[in-house]
Amino acid sequence: MWMGLSYVCWGISVVLAAWMLYDWFKVDTTYSEAVLTSSREGELEAVSEKHRI
Amino acid sequence: MTAAVETGQTVIHGDRVSLLRVLGPAHVWALGVGIVLVGEFTGWNFSADKGGALAALIVCWIVGLLYTSVAMIDSEVTSTVAAAGGQYAQAKHIVGPLMAFNVALFLVFAYTMLEVSDAILLGDTIVAKAGVEGLTHNSFIAATIVVLAWLNYRGVLMTLNVNFVITAIAYVSIVILFFSVSPWTQGAVLKLNELVTPGNALPYGWIGVIAAFQFGIWYYLGIEGTTQAAEEVRSPARSLPYGTMAGMITLLIAAAMTWYVCASLMPWEYLGITYYPLWDAGKLTGSPLLENLLFIATLLAALASANGCINDAARAWFSLGRDRYLPSWFSAVHPKYRTPYRSILFLLPIALAFAFIADLNQAITFSILSGVLQYTFMSINIMMFRKKWPLGTIRRGYTHPFHPLPAIVLFCLCMVTFFAIFLGFGSQLIAMTVFYFLISLWFHFYRYKFVRRGDQFSMPWPKPQGY
Repeated sequence: MWMGLSYVCWGISVVLAAWMLYDWFKVDTTYSEAVLTSSREGELEAVSEKHRI
Repeated sequence: MTAAVETGQTVIHGDRVSLLRVLGPAHVWALGVGIVLVGEFTGWNFSADKGGALAALIVCWIVGLLYTSVAMIDSEVTSTVAAAGGQYAQAKHIVGPLMAFNVALFLVFAYTMLEVSDAILLGDTIVAKAGVEGLTHNSFIAATIVVLAWLNYRGVLMTLNVNFVITAIAYVSIVILFFSVSPWTQGAVLKLNELVTPGNALPYGWIGVIAAFQFGIWYYLGIEGTTQAAEEVRSPARSLPYGTMAGMITLLIAAAMTWYVCASLMPWEYLGITYYPLWDAGKLTGSPLLENLLFIATLLAALASANGCINDAARAWFSLGRDRYLPSWFSAVHPKYRTPYRSILFLLPIALAFAFIADLNQAITFSILSGVLQYTFMSINIMMFRKKWPLGTIRRGYTHPFHPLPAIVLFCLCMVTFFAIFLGFGSQLIAMTVFYFLISLWFHFYRYKFVRRGDQFSMPWPKPQGY
């Protein structure tokens, strides 16, 4: 049983790793670099929680 | 805001793709306690090997003081600097870019090495339970790291919902064990008065207590990871202090229960070398139910810790990319899952490589060292924060009491811990110091010219006093 579980773990690892690589490729070829790297630190903070004493 | 950008099935609102603000205080608790709780299942007990059972209890309390200071200081600063990267973002705004770069590396090292240790622990625990010749831990390590990376890739809400459930189960298992051994009656199951006597309580004297600090860190290592969720909680000023302080209280209770049960069931000579103190305690009760419960809880605690570590290491790496301290390629956010997917994927093979080639002691030591370096920074950071922005000049979600006492206590205890690490792993301490020095030179003389200096300071704060 334990050896079988070990093989199942290898299988799951390979399938999920392959899925992530596929999704990574799909996203990077669908969206522009400017959109993907457009996140800015503190942006929401500045809009929604203005610092008033 | 510009019009929505439609691409394929995913709609991006506005012209920015940001991390999602979907988390609440319970998720913050799950992140912090999830990372730490594995330390009750293995790690803390090596302090008994350094100084005896009583030393393990003394460092439980004193290191508890260290981490209470960490939690209070962290809660105050991060309730103001609500950005992914946690202590990195704090260092950047309060101390400066070089400190921030180093702090981010401390974070990535501490969490990645802890993730590696968790995966090795999980694999070794399964192999120990199976007792099958030829079965190795490699497949279990690979599955742990890859499945959790996939979960993190798919979204932070599900990741921390899972963490909440498995952390709660692991925690409840400690409570069940505690009440199952009749803790109010010594002699029935527990034999503390026979196992810890005046003759063997401190076998190496007070220097043993100092040496025990190195592994006493494991009782609470990682609670400061709650701040990495700052950009993804709905109300950071409220949720982060609440989740962090609740997490610290939870851990102090768990640490005390764990020590009491384990020290009352095992002699210190064995307690100090076993990899599974709580699982062994479950076995020693003679109850198959408790034994299996503690076995499962050990696995769940390791999973929760690795899961939180992947979350935190990826946020720190992502933040470095966003400020161009590293190539901005790492700052990409997944347009559908809203996670730092490239950072998660980049750190995945690194964790796998270390898990396959490093041994558990080395990985743990690197994690502890990076953590203590970070706590030392925090004691200096809060002094500068209070000096530059005194109370009343900036809105704080939480203000910690007795300043500057917690900062002084934290700094002094960090120095003691460095000495303890030097006693046990002096060469690693020196090697890591040299590494951080060299990487600082690289950052200062080469990398910093790529940074957009005006863009990195994003908080709408007033000018600091004296500037």
